[in-house]
Amino acid sequence: MENQYRIIHFNLNGKDVTCMTDVRASLTDLLRNDFRLTSVKKGCEVGECGACTVLINGEGFNSCIYLAVWADGKQIRTLESLLGPNGELSDIQQAFIDEAAIQCGFCTPGFLLTAVEILESGKLYTDAELRKLLSGHLCRCTGYENIFKAVKKTMYRRLGQPYPDA
Amino acid sequence: MQSVGKSVARVDAFDKATGRAKYTDDLCDRNALITRVVRSTVAHGIVKSVDISQALQVPGVVRIFTCFDVPDLPFPTAGHPWSVEEAHQDIADRYLLNRHVRYYGDDVAAVVAENEVAAAQAARLVKVEYETLPFVLDAQKAMEPGAPVLHEDYPDNVLKHTSIRKGDYEAAIREPGLICVDKWYDTATVQHCHIENHIAYAYEESGKIVVVSSTQIPHIVRRTVGQALGVDWGRIRVIKPYIGGGFGNKQDTLYEPLVAWICMQLGGRLVKLDVPREDTFVSNRVRHAIRFHLISYVRPDGSFAARKVELYSNQGAYASHGHSIAAKALGSFPQLYPCDNFEGDAWTVFTNKSAAGAMRGYGMPQASWAGECHIDDICRAIGADPLAYRRAHLMPVGYKDGFSKNELYYDTFNQCFDKAEQIMDYSRKHAAYRGQTGDVRKGIGMATFWYNTAVWPISLEHSSCRMVLNQDGSIQLQVGETEIGQGADTAYAQMAADVLGLKDYRDVHVISTQDTDVTPFGLGAYASRQTYVVGFSIAQTGAILKQKILDYACEITRCPVSNMEIIDSNIVRTVDGRILVSLKDLATEAFYSLTHSVHLTAESTYQIKNNAYSFGCCCAEITVDIPMCRITVDKILNVHDCGKLINPQLAEAQVHGGMSMGIGYALSEQLLWDEKTGKPLNNNLLDYKLSSFMDHPRLQAAFVENPEPTSPFGTKALGEPPACPVAPAIRAALENATGVVVDDLPMNPHNLFKAFTKAGLIHDPWREV
Amino acid sequence: MYDIKEYYESRSVADAVALRLAHPEAHVIAGGSDVLVQMRDGHRAGVELISIYMLDELRGVRLEENGDLRIGSLTSFSHITADPLIQKYIRVLGEAVDMVGGPQIRNIGTIGGNTCNGVTSADSASTLHAYEAVVELTGPDGARRLPIRDFYKKAKVVDIRPGEIQTAILIPKDSYEDTFGYYIKYAMRNALDIATNGCSVNVRLSPDKKTFERVRIAYGVAGPIPMRAPTAEAALCGQPVTMENVERFARTVLADINPRDSWRASKALRQHVAVESAKRCVIESVKRAGGVL
Repeated sequence: MENQYRIIHFNLNGKDVTCMTDVRASLTDLLRNDFRLTSVKKGCEVGECGACTVLINGEGFNSCIYLAVWADGKQIRTLESLLGPNGELSDIQQAFIDEAAIQCGFCTPGFLLTAVEILESGKLYTDAELRKLLSGHLCRCTGYENIFKAVKKTMYRRLGQPYPDA
Repeated sequence: MQSVGKSVARVDAFDKATGRAKYTDDLCDRNALITRVVRSTVAHGIVKSVDISQALQVPGVVRIFTCFDVPDLPFPTAGHPWSVEEAHQDIADRYLLNRHVRYYGDDVAAVVAENEVAAAQAARLVKVEYETLPFVLDAQKAMEPGAPVLHEDYPDNVLKHTSIRKGDYEAAIREPGLICVDKWYDTATVQHCHIENHIAYAYEESGKIVVVSSTQIPHIVRRTVGQALGVDWGRIRVIKPYIGGGFGNKQDTLYEPLVAWICMQLGGRLVKLDVPREDTFVSNRVRHAIRFHLISYVRPDGSFAARKVELYSNQGAYASHGHSIAAKALGSFPQLYPCDNFEGDAWTVFTNKSAAGAMRGYGMPQASWAGECHIDDICRAIGADPLAYRRAHLMPVGYKDGFSKNELYYDTFNQCFDKAEQIMDYSRKHAAYRGQTGDVRKGIGMATFWYNTAVWPISLEHSSCRMVLNQDGSIQLQVGETEIGQGADTAYAQMAADVLGLKDYRDVHVISTQDTDVTPFGLGAYASRQTYVVGFSIAQTGAILKQKILDYACEITRCPVSNMEIIDSNIVRTVDGRILVSLKDLATEAFYSLTHSVHLTAESTYQIKNNAYSFGCCCAEITVDIPMCRITVDKILNVHDCGKLINPQLAEAQVHGGMSMGIGYALSEQLLWDEKTGKPLNNNLLDYKLSSFMDHPRLQAAFVENPEPTSPFGTKALGEPPACPVAPAIRAALENATGVVVDDLPMNPHNLFKAFTKAGLIHDPWREV
Repeated sequence: MYDIKEYYESRSVADAVALRLAHPEAHVIAGGSDVLVQMRDGHRAGVELISIYMLDELRGVRLEENGDLRIGSLTSFSHITADPLIQKYIRVLGEAVDMVGGPQIRNIGTIGGNTCNGVTSADSASTLHAYEAVVELTGPDGARRLPIRDFYKKAKVVDIRPGEIQTAILIPKDSYEDTFGYYIKYAMRNALDIATNGCSVNVRLSPDKKTFERVRIAYGVAGPIPMRAPTAEAALCGQPVTMENVERFARTVLADINPRDSWRASKALRQHVAVESAKRCVIESVKRAGGVL
């Protein structure tokens, strides 16, 4: 292969980085192998399960079907970006703990990033809208119930509105 | 402060919420060699030759092993305790790679390369020549004379046949006035779909083969790897980090022996085998599709005169857990609805499908489907109310099973039903929904289940626990029963904190990783046993450690042991409540005392010779869109009696997960094979219809907490039970809504279309044009 | 890591055209949600790729001077759904592509990729057919446009010539004006699925809302490529807005469509669903048009 490696520049979790990547690499490969961001999980590698979700310019993408070279010039966030400077959990991470939304934990990083995208929109969504926004992730442990609760509660809390769940 | 019974946060929650929790692949060095398995492209055949010449030309390929290279050492894979009695040992029918391939996707060769691209390229270039043999996919067809034979030792393909006989069935059915309900029910092959695929890597260190694996059963895997490789078991070390779900698939030895053997062949180099999702569906394990033939003779008052159960369990190509699943399913029938005259037969049959093994429920989702559907069909035949019928004919309080010695101590069923009725407004709705017309209708249904905790007396039950006191008065806790996402580690911490009188469950540091070189011997996670069995070893080991602590306290305080107790991590004089010394100060003294230094630890094994019934019910309310052939679950509730809850919030979460699996089992999940070629058709997460976030209603869980008398903590099975009653409850709701029933799972649009067409609710559109 | 033989990144449309001519064997990758999956499963393993993903000039929706809607081929599904012009003029298209896969797929998937892969189940395709969309292809001789029905040649084959890439999809003004539509995706689950049947209908009612002035219906998975149902359309055009007419129309679609039997669904089920969906789509379209049934 003639041009197997390419230098790319991007912003990763708030920090500008430059690296050499194999053009054959997926963004999952790049983040896990080169940056050791192991919160990016591999569950299917075809964009079905959502475990590898990262935020690119604020939108959720399955990093397994996103070429690493496309990261050039982008802002990329993984779960590792959520923790505060002194190790404080973000509200959505705390909500996942409080609501027992975590079991095996393998789908958790991806779900949390989609939750961040939802919460940062600053909108109040209906239950059906929330379900749809979260539907790019598969989970076999939780039946989605407590994940739903954690995201919904945090959404209401951030918007300063009382949580209406029966 | 008591920890048990409180909804405390999981001990692993922080690490999992921050992405710090390390799973197998996260721990593997990046320079690992990559293994890719070459799979058979015939459903049944003999490998005549394997041409690897082209594949070897791929740059980066290190070695290619074929079925002609592997040792002649058949090994078993079932995650059962080993039996020292040969008759009870699991069937050893597996080789590392197979010359006789028995399903489409069987392991023929293994490519080892420096990177995954080279491995994939080479795997595609391996040319395998087969002598193809006829194949059979259906269990009953596999039993017919002349059917293709999968294993020489089983000429009729029957792995095992067991029977239960009680009373005199033939005589009983001659009683005048009986109503006979005779029906067949079928279940689909489904897969576990844990989000982390099975993955294992191996390397040699200190003369040992170290296998790091995504498994539920590290100590069992150590034994099977030793058996498969012909290596002394002590030379195998298995490490189990956090795993991304298992649900029974990882209660089997999967690719650990192969990756360990390849590692050995390559001089102990680090080798990884990360199973692709498509292969997980095919070459791991699946849930047995079991077909049932149920015949009940009932009197007009609904009482049973005689019952007959025949079940045919599709084992797929290899024995794995063998007949245990069918046997458990069969055993439930005479217990749940007792009948004096009972004939039961179960056959486990080899077919050319993927091997079936353990999956959440272990035969009970299938038995609940057939058994509860049948009860509803009896009710329709005699015009009985399904709930009233169940209340009248389920196992009565005080029922005792002769074999397991299990007893129904409480009026559990009625308590669960009462709760479900009240929360779901079942009876009113059930009556109101009868006789609807129109395209879109509502229905509500209820079903129950039976589940036995743990595996005694079928096989060994025990738990070993180690507790080590730290300088600060906290303890380390180790057991072999694994955390697989269910929250076991948290339950252990809560139980241990209470046994030792610690102030906070977080003072119990549960070592989540099992390492067979370090962790006490334990059998792993299965049979919904962890909290139940570890409860015994924690209670016993905690008592030993506590005694040692109090003995030491006596030394330094001169207070008699009988007058002391550990309360909130302090040694307290019971007569006046005075704190004599904190556990922390005592521990530090014990570590560093110049007069009597001792590391206070305890380790013990508890062999459990008990078992416990776990029961409950599901109530589902649905909308049926008849023209669209679609069921939507609107509301669903499971009520469980799993004894006292160790952690109510985590218990609820467990129930949600099981209900979710139950909804998938009911409505959408089914692995399919091409009848003409035996090739799997939908072995990926797009075509296999695991429920998405948008396919679920809110999930509700409720509990009836009758303390289980055999458990030190009053607890019993909860992990698997929630998956059992969901499908028949949804079917009952379908019947309530439409009057139509479906006897074969899943109740997806394909099957509903057939059922509604047959019932005249929809019409074949061609006929109207 | 994907088995990519060579990788070329386009920096402009002209660059992409040049790369296409220089590397005729190479496959074009837009978002990659199909191409990369097929590389991994072996179908496209070891091929050369020309990426057009970085061509931001092909993103976005705008109105042409003549009022036609122009959707850049690389516009992602989620951006189409969120676009104010789409919401105003052709809401059903935004709704249809909002049913593709899940949110992450809708962020990477592009309307160009969805049409260029030529599959019958594409969620955008039936609506684009029902709106008589026009496909713009840019090649060495500049841009050419052709009706979407001519763009699809046969299953998985579309009319893209050497050196060309698809650069836009246009919805003519006359096609969307005063037109209200509805799409039903029939699949086995409510997210992360491909259509077992996709049905897109749009209607234009007379000013008094009593008559169907124009009715168009197109299907996905009713044949090897997305297709219109002309017999059914003709049966309803000019007819009064009544339930009887709608039901007759729905049954008539069977004269036009030809779904196949496969393990994914039987022909009978697909036909049945096609009829029921046609009916429901017209009912919803009429409602949106302000009519009463």
